[in-house]
Amino acid sequence: MAILVTPETKILVQGITGSFGARHATLSLAYGSQVVAGVTPGKGGQLFEGKVPIFDTVAEAVKATGATASAVFVPPPFAADAILEGADANLELVVAITEGIPVNDMIRVKRALQGRSTRLIGPNCPGLVTPGTGPQSSGGCRIGIAPGYIHKKGHIGVVSRSGTLTYEAVWQLTCRGVGQSTCVGIGGDPVNGTSHLDVIKRFMADPETPGIIMIGEIGGAAEEEAAEWIAKYGTKPVAGFIAGATAPPGRRMGHAGAIVSGGKGTAQAKIDAFRAAGIGISRTPSEMADTLLRMM
Amino acid sequence: MNIHEYQAKQLLARHGVAVPAGDPCKTVEEARVAATKLFAAGHPLAVVKSQIHAGGRGKGTFKHGFQGGVKLAKSVEEAVNFADNMLGKVLVTKQTGPEGRLVQTILVAAAESIRMEFYLAVLLDRNVSRPLIMASTEGGVEIEEVAEKSPEKIIREHVDPAVGLMPYQTRKIASALGLKGDLFNQACKLIAAVYKTWWESDASMVEINPLCIVEGPGGKESIVAVDAKIGLDENALYRHPDIAAMRDLAEESPLEVEASKHALNYIKLDGNIACLVNGAGLAMSTMDIIKHFGGDPANFLDVGGGASKDQVSAAFKIILSDASVKAILVNIFGGIMDCNVIATGIVEAVRETGLKLPLVVRLEGNNVAAGKKTLAESGLTIIGGDSMADAAQKVVKTLRPA
Repeated sequence: MAILVTPETKILVQGITGSFGARHATLSLAYGSQVVAGVTPGKGGQLFEGKVPIFDTVAEAVKATGATASAVFVPPPFAADAILEGADANLELVVAITEGIPVNDMIRVKRALQGRSTRLIGPNCPGLVTPGTGPQSSGGCRIGIAPGYIHKKGHIGVVSRSGTLTYEAVWQLTCRGVGQSTCVGIGGDPVNGTSHLDVIKRFMADPETPGIIMIGEIGGAAEEEAAEWIAKYGTKPVAGFIAGATAPPGRRMGHAGAIVSGGKGTAQAKIDAFRAAGIGISRTPSEMADTLLRMM
Repeated sequence: MNIHEYQAKQLLARHGVAVPAGDPCKTVEEARVAATKLFAAGHPLAVVKSQIHAGGRGKGTFKHGFQGGVKLAKSVEEAVNFADNMLGKVLVTKQTGPEGRLVQTILVAAAESIRMEFYLAVLLDRNVSRPLIMASTEGGVEIEEVAEKSPEKIIREHVDPAVGLMPYQTRKIASALGLKGDLFNQACKLIAAVYKTWWESDASMVEINPLCIVEGPGGKESIVAVDAKIGLDENALYRHPDIAAMRDLAEESPLEVEASKHALNYIKLDGNIACLVNGAGLAMSTMDIIKHFGGDPANFLDVGGGASKDQVSAAFKIILSDASVKAILVNIFGGIMDCNVIATGIVEAVRETGLKLPLVVRLEGNNVAAGKKTLAESGLTIIGGDSMADAAQKVVKTLRPA
């Protein structure tokens, strides 16, 4: 089992003819994911790599191919529109990879998604992977930009705001012979579609995910919110790591959302919340997998 | 991106917020003209304010001994004297660090006769992904302090982005601030204008502290933004070329400016172990792990997910321009990126720069074997790290006396 996506999930790629979108659509196809359609306005009727049909609109792509999930690679000025087009076409999942979307655009997008069935992951995220059973986990569902081959089909859930830190955790697990059910990168922006807690709840409800790694970073209070819920309702071991203990206050550390402001969103406050919730603390990023495995 | 107080007031005024009369000045002569205008208009006092992106200006000291980055002048001559002591001089405040900041612009403005001070700000409430207006009767002090000591004195009003700020919300806030009559109506208008500034400028924060009831000529009271601070969402600058032009490169570290030209994310810190990492989360945690093993990170540096050879080379040059750097840790998780491309970039950069400092490289991921081979066969003394912990321990050890 897995959460959010399975190897059968049919994926469309918004912005499939841009260099970034094309590159990762190709990699997803090579991984064995079901990339069934691309969307680039004005290029409807063409084929991507000679096999994936391209449509002018998401609605057309959905109607023709039955896609239920989308990866958004369109540039920042057009990303909010692309996300809402996916929601309008009633996609189950829209994964926004695009980095650099104005915060006010995301405030409006998030408000417009209220009451809709579409779940948004990201933006500014690596996407998600449900590993498959083939060599180097191929045959799984890869939506986004994560390297597929580092995964291994298995049972640990991974959720993180950071891309490379997710890969680090996944690789530590895979190197120890431990596979993953689904790995979700929720993105480093201050306004995002899916929170740590949203993903944690799904992992807790997934009978095939007995353990979770949660990776957070400075800024906001999403990690604290997840920890509070875990303290009350958590039924599975969770190991956690928080990046940014040495970050100077008031500076954005690469991610738009990674900032300690007015004494809020510090690494220490998050680590304290983790500890209070019984989450295993990985003191360095090298110990994320071992911390969880010791708890299981 | 941060802007100066005078620029923040320009943006606010453009949206209809009342600010004290005044002009930004870059020379003593301009200051004389500005001050003359104010006194001629009947203002009994002018305030001369150093424009730097750091707080604590009023209590700051200039390196040449002059006290105070914000001064009240009773005459044109006094204002000119203050301007002469500020312009081109370095101001040190509790927020600038001992190196201080060069004052290149001053704001010469009417010093208002203040009857009451309030606090007003608009920012994003990340917990609910909505704009939040914060107001308080406790103006002129740091809001964090108010939040700590008397949280009940902070008024909070969220805005639904679907409908925007509604007039009844401005009335709620004005009423909670205890305002009546004409001042009540003025406050409602001002709150709406401040919100509009926030939304239409794509600001990350607009803070007016203090927002003041001032007494004008003839005893007429009005509400004025006496000080203002605006932070902007860099992601949205592409649609505000006028605001983007307000960026003051002199307020940023030269190395950070250079890094931004190469699309590198670099922040200088106080330590001596430089790091070069791909990915923001990994870059932050690389700093953390250096500290964990007893070292001191010299910087945050994220070369991004798809770093090129040229970017790696530019990154090395930036790291090496920091004289306090005594050792370097490269930590790359090449997911999609080819580790061998990175390794080749490192070898070239080391040769090009004639690097003499200890260099520890931890490579993991795509084509890592070839990358490690390239490093080993380069003939350079590069210390390999097997994991982040191993690499961090090794780089810290290079700085310990044997």
